[in-house]
Amino acid sequence: MAATELTTPGRGRGLVGVLSQRYLLKLLVRKELRVRYRGSVLGMAWSYVKPATQFIVFYFAMGVFLDLNRGVEYFAVYLFSGIVVINFFSEAFGNATRTLIWNAQLIKKIYLPRELFPVSAIYVAVVHFLPQLVVLLIACVLVGWRPTALGLVAAVLGFMLVAILGLGLGMLFGSANVFFRDAENFVDLLLLVATWASPVLYPFTKVKDALAQHPWLITIYELNPITVAVQLFHYAFWVPVGGPDAHLEMPENMVQTTVSGFVVALLILALGQTVFRRLEGRFAQEL
Amino acid sequence: MSPMAPDAAAPVNIEIADVTKSFTLRHQRSMKELLVAAVKGKDRSNSFNALDGVSFEVREGETVALLGFNGSGKSTLLKLIAGVMHPDGGAIRTRGRVAGLIEVGAGFHPDLTGRENVYMNGAILGMSEELIEARFDDIVAFSEIEKFIDTEVKFYSSGMFLRLAFAVAVHSDPEVFLIDEILAVGDEPFQRKCLARIRELSSEGRTLVIVSHDLDMVADLCQRGILLEKGKVVADGDSHEIVKHMRR
Repeated sequence: MAATELTTPGRGRGLVGVLSQRYLLKLLVRKELRVRYRGSVLGMAWSYVKPATQFIVFYFAMGVFLDLNRGVEYFAVYLFSGIVVINFFSEAFGNATRTLIWNAQLIKKIYLPRELFPVSAIYVAVVHFLPQLVVLLIACVLVGWRPTALGLVAAVLGFMLVAILGLGLGMLFGSANVFFRDAENFVDLLLLVATWASPVLYPFTKVKDALAQHPWLITIYELNPITVAVQLFHYAFWVPVGGPDAHLEMPENMVQTTVSGFVVALLILALGQTVFRRLEGRFAQEL
Repeated sequence: MSPMAPDAAAPVNIEIADVTKSFTLRHQRSMKELLVAAVKGKDRSNSFNALDGVSFEVREGETVALLGFNGSGKSTLLKLIAGVMHPDGGAIRTRGRVAGLIEVGAGFHPDLTGRENVYMNGAILGMSEELIEARFDDIVAFSEIEKFIDTEVKFYSSGMFLRLAFAVAVHSDPEVFLIDEILAVGDEPFQRKCLARIRELSSEGRTLVIVSHDLDMVADLCQRGILLEKGKVVADGDSHEIVKHMRR
């Protein structure tokens, strides 16, 4: 029994350690889903109802009342492919921020790699994202969309980008939230801004027109990984049906914005992991 | 140091070297207070030392009772060994898998069924999927709540809950087993069964560290006792001697 070495308890290997705990991760995700929908008749169906309502509201407000339907071909597809990205991000980031508080009882009593909680929050967000993606795909096929290889790559990259960013920010603000509950309110604020800081509800060309005098502002706008992810989704699902002017809604150099988006997201993940590890030792006594 | 160590040549499983841990007592944090604290530096008067220079070693196969009155630092020490908290000073090292039963059923969720909780808690205590599956029937048999295993835990009586939680823990197969005040589990027949199981674990050569206020029971269960007082080790030796010392 003494084959192993003496080790310091409670020092995990960070996100790498989560990989060796895949089974526990699976159970945590299942628990989270079960708890979320306890006593609910519709259960998981809510993850269809919410985005559908959201879509209808925005479609009428932006498309019909503000008349964006006329400017952008198949504006509904444009709108919905952006909304699913924002919803995925909100769910991932929001839950990852709060998951340590939700699991306080566990964290205070038993040691397990604490990164498991934000990671499981991302998985739960993925579970809620998939039905929306299905709805989007059905809508796309109905208006004559057919998958392209490059489009699928773009969709996968956009998905990964949001997951990485959501995890990084979630770990950063989640660990801060243990000490100051202000963090979760601040996150709600950020999420509110995020919806409008990317070309989800309005066409990208409007941003380009408005900021034409200040190209560096457009650069900052395009550095936002969420903007990159939204545009990758536009490229994958809307551009093929968006008509001859669709390319105007895309950034000039999509490879470049994608790379820079990933750099930003990975830097935030590294920062999140560093802060998380720095503060982790005090989680149990502060919760 | 420890006269009752079963084998002085046995490897050290828990090594505690000059460990200190202090807590801040007050947690009001308004902007103004934060500002004042930042200007004045950390307010030392608000913290107290839960552990103050604690050092000892526990060898493989030893059964140790952590003794002391309320607030002596026993539970804090157990949490540090389990890795739930980190010491402020000094170092703790452990060998192998440590299962900390800081509280029975800490990983249980009321909205999951008994069965789901067994898997969940088993995984939390470090068991693999295969191990849980292999032990599942033993765990349920030990808990004696076969009929309710697919009922949600929130409908369990507190006794049923503790039985299942304890059953999972004692089947989790750790090298080091930490138990905090949980032997008040269930009715007397079940308690006897738990004690028998703990003796069995110790005879298998597992290392046990137990915190309890039931002095006679822990003294019988453990060979060695370590007495803590205000965060310091004041005695370390035969558990019966230490209990006698405490009662003087």
